[in-house]
Amino acid sequence: MSNVNNLSSSHVMSWFKFSSPSAFYPLAGKMIPWFWALTIIFGAAGLWVSFFVAPVDAVQGQGYRIIFVHVPVSWMSMFIYVVMATWAGLGLILNTRLSAMMAQALAPIGAWMAFLSLWTGAFWGKPMWGAWWVWDARLTSELILLFLYLGFIALQASIDNVRRADKAGAILALVGVVNVPIIYFSVKWWNTLHQGASVSLTKAPAMAQTMLWGMLLMALCLWMYSIAVGLMRVRAIILEREAHTDWVRQLNEVKH
Amino acid sequence: MNAFTAIVHRDLLLVMRRKSEVLTALFFFVIVTSLFPLGIGADTALLRKIAPGVIWVAALLSTLLGLQRMFAADYADGTLEQLVLSPNSFTVLVFGKIVAHWLVCGLPLVLLAPVIGIQFDLDVQSLKALMAALLLGTPVLSLLGSVGAALTLGVRGGSVLMSLLILPLYIPVLIFGAGAVYASNVGLDITGHFSLLGALLILALAFVPWVSASAVKIAIE
Repeated sequence: MSNVNNLSSSHVMSWFKFSSPSAFYPLAGKMIPWFWALTIIFGAAGLWVSFFVAPVDAVQGQGYRIIFVHVPVSWMSMFIYVVMATWAGLGLILNTRLSAMMAQALAPIGAWMAFLSLWTGAFWGKPMWGAWWVWDARLTSELILLFLYLGFIALQASIDNVRRADKAGAILALVGVVNVPIIYFSVKWWNTLHQGASVSLTKAPAMAQTMLWGMLLMALCLWMYSIAVGLMRVRAIILEREAHTDWVRQLNEVKH
Repeated sequence: MNAFTAIVHRDLLLVMRRKSEVLTALFFFVIVTSLFPLGIGADTALLRKIAPGVIWVAALLSTLLGLQRMFAADYADGTLEQLVLSPNSFTVLVFGKIVAHWLVCGLPLVLLAPVIGIQFDLDVQSLKALMAALLLGTPVLSLLGSVGAALTLGVRGGSVLMSLLILPLYIPVLIFGAGAVYASNVGLDITGHFSLLGALLILALAFVPWVSASAVKIAIE
């Protein structure tokens, strides 16, 4: 019994080891190529399914195929915000430096996903609804999500003291994550109240199995992409913040 | 409780000594709302339709103008540090500052609103709805704004940054506040809007003073 306990506690210890930037930096460096490889594999499979296997939509023709990019980036934009707020909250509670760096690294990726979601949405909306932009609940809340990301990035960028920037950003991210559902529902109810345009995203017909597969593969590809880019950004942030330490000066890539 | 009233009293006294800062925000509210008819035209039907949105957006912006003042002066002269060190709960003190801000920047908007509403040809029913919605909504604006004011304390370009942080969070208040007036304007049921505004107010009252207090502590640590 005590043996098992020992084992699990040493296991936990070994995980906590990687919460120190100097231990995480080389680990992240080793993981990045794998995540890039997975990104390429899932991306190739996803694009192949979405362009060649998935059938042509009866109503929307070929144009609907942007869904395979649009829906996964929208998922990612929302999911990354929650992950970012979780890291930021962990950093605030446990006072671990790496968590805050993770949150800082994820913010631009999430903002990029939100922007891509709006952009591809506009490309989809123009041929299908005849408008680049409609004040639909989902579009509006995605736009607000982009604003929340930009606010987080701007706040972190404008505070010089790194510790304070991390903590202030964490509070903003946590306030934002509480507000995201409130904003979503308020925009949704606002939309049903005003009901200007009569388009609805929710009336989409039941999806073919292959379409779902294409979307899932693309979503996995974007997951791997976000992790890979997130790790690369975290490594850059670690180097920047730990530039004064010995272990950074000892690194091969820094020496040359 | 004593500390709470003391801080409210102190902040109000400071405002009374320097009335111009507060009056500027109120004039801003009046001027912005008066500019809309000039830009859009004096078509009463159109004005009645846009009145709720225009008045609410102007209320959001003029609340923002006063927010910078909530902690900035006390931060600059070290009063905030003394408040943190005092034996009283810092959250209560921050709540007192928020209440003082609302009394100075929120309540006057509620009282001014009917005058602005008349300019936009709102009927009595809608004016009542407008005042009631502002009465429930402006405290939420002061509360949420205090988080932004605390986070941007002593930061370069703080006031611009604060509007970027806070305005997205104001959206639910704007939607239900303006929605209530709009619904009353066209004769729809408005109880739903008021219930939601009340819910937002209760949520904000419960959590925001605590969040703002920790944000201020981060800024001065």
